[in-house]
Amino acid sequence: MRVLVTGISGKLGRRVALRLVEGGHEVLGIDRRPWADAPPGVEVHQTDIRKRQAEDVFRIHEPEAVVHMATVTHITQQNADRYRINLQGTRAVVDHCHRYGVKRLVFVGRHTYYGAAPDSPLYHSEDEPPLGMHAFPELADLVAADLYAGSALWRHPEIATSVLRMVYTLGPSKHGTLAEYLRGPRVPVVLGFDPLFQFMHEFDAASAVAAALEAGVRGVFNVAGPAPMPLSAIIKEAGRTPMPVPEGMLAITLGRFGMPYLPKGAVEHLKYPIIVDATAFRKATGFQHAYDESETIRAFAEAD
Amino acid sequence: MFFDYEPVTSARVRERVDRLEIPFGDHGIDPYGIGKAELGFGFSLIEILYKYYFWVESYGLEHIPPRGRVMLVGNHSGGVAVDGVMVMATCFFELEPPRLAQGMAEKFIVKVPGFGALTTRMGQFPGLPEHAKRLLEDERMLMVFPEGARGTAKLAKDADSLVRFGTGFMRLALETRTPIVPFGFVGAGEAMPTIANLYGLAKLLGVPYIPVTRYLLPVPKPTIFQLLFGAPLLFEGTGNESDEEIEEKVETVKQRIASLVRQGRALREKRMKPEELDLG
Repeated sequence: MRVLVTGISGKLGRRVALRLVEGGHEVLGIDRRPWADAPPGVEVHQTDIRKRQAEDVFRIHEPEAVVHMATVTHITQQNADRYRINLQGTRAVVDHCHRYGVKRLVFVGRHTYYGAAPDSPLYHSEDEPPLGMHAFPELADLVAADLYAGSALWRHPEIATSVLRMVYTLGPSKHGTLAEYLRGPRVPVVLGFDPLFQFMHEFDAASAVAAALEAGVRGVFNVAGPAPMPLSAIIKEAGRTPMPVPEGMLAITLGRFGMPYLPKGAVEHLKYPIIVDATAFRKATGFQHAYDESETIRAFAEAD
Repeated sequence: MFFDYEPVTSARVRERVDRLEIPFGDHGIDPYGIGKAELGFGFSLIEILYKYYFWVESYGLEHIPPRGRVMLVGNHSGGVAVDGVMVMATCFFELEPPRLAQGMAEKFIVKVPGFGALTTRMGQFPGLPEHAKRLLEDERMLMVFPEGARGTAKLAKDADSLVRFGTGFMRLALETRTPIVPFGFVGAGEAMPTIANLYGLAKLLGVPYIPVTRYLLPVPKPTIFQLLFGAPLLFEGTGNESDEEIEEKVETVKQRIASLVRQGRALREKRMKPEELDLG
């Protein structure tokens, strides 16, 4: 298949592109950032997904399938630009897919869609609304992009669209929400709370995207790897030291004393778990993760 | 895992935790986050209460199936859910193999720092239908108090009475085809002589109520309890029946529990001998 990957220069985008090349697909990409050492045959068009040049890529190359990963997910970057990329960018991709006859579309989203709250159930299923939004408004654009991508299922039924809600990824790139949080030697946790965390190896994440694409599945799917682990156990296994901070003191300690910055809403994510049920995705695509929880943490902790 | 629980775990508890039929993974954690270390620590504390502070005379343990989905449904009283802890202890220390009774807890508990984390690691999750359904489909044992906080809030003089039963448990039992083992728990009123509940202050603290005892502190006294398990009840249906039909079935369970509580009271007051019990 000729596959267009938006956001191809990101850490996960590159991994997905490599995985698709390995799978015998013809891969091209769009990203604002360059990918200097892209493998031969992978054509990267350096432009913004909302620009005319991006539409030209659709028109000229006529991809059969699109993996949309060009979303800004850094919780530290909080501005109008991020909203526009995430929402108008997703809209542009869906529109182009419709106009230029793309047959399969995979939207790569986050399991944080469901939010963390004391009264939210363990193992979210795909039909649940995003109930945690009030506590973490910083994620509103990502949630809206997820729902917007899902609307392609009824607006453009001729496109086999799959919306993936992926758990945190971890691995040698040391990139991503969980990796950023675990970056320093001391990791802040909320005193008296130890939620389960669900994560998967970034190689497995790339395989899952490829699996969704190759199976051409239609619908919204949670994507997960190994069984969840308590946050404290992840921190210890990664060779870090958990620093319990009373909730009331978190606001003044975060971003100081070598601890990572976290927005206010993220505190709920350190108190309560977000765990998804990914059986529907496994059944639909046959996806199986290759790395268990310890191998995944080791891949992250031992990288450079 | 806030600290090393190992030194404060009794050998007897550790041996029984190892025999629980729960699929613990490599990290001693099951898919719901139930941890062997926390169970060891928690049941070591509960063991002290169960064996030295309180005493539970249990009857009809043979009615609890050794494995497979089941709902233990009983009366609730005694201010601070000491009955729930004693049912957990009885199932853990007396059944062969030991079983973990997973309560459907009040939602405020998970918000309490430390305590919430420990109770969820011990399998006591917020009482959400999603949790109950998933656990039953996973062949776990659920402990349900359909009176909820209305039950524990009973004053000591009303401890043996039953207040309104919720009906959610019955719909779930029908939907998942789960047998219900009714139980009656007697003595919580004596353990916790509640004379009043503070609702205003409780609201400020985010808890349902604060019990006030004759000696003011909401701490139960050392007490002997009677715990009677009745024969399992299996109801036919889909869970989508009308409220009237469901309430009829709930009433059957309620009557069984009322009978067990009456018999437990008679045993307690020595008006009845254990061999005269009718557990259905």
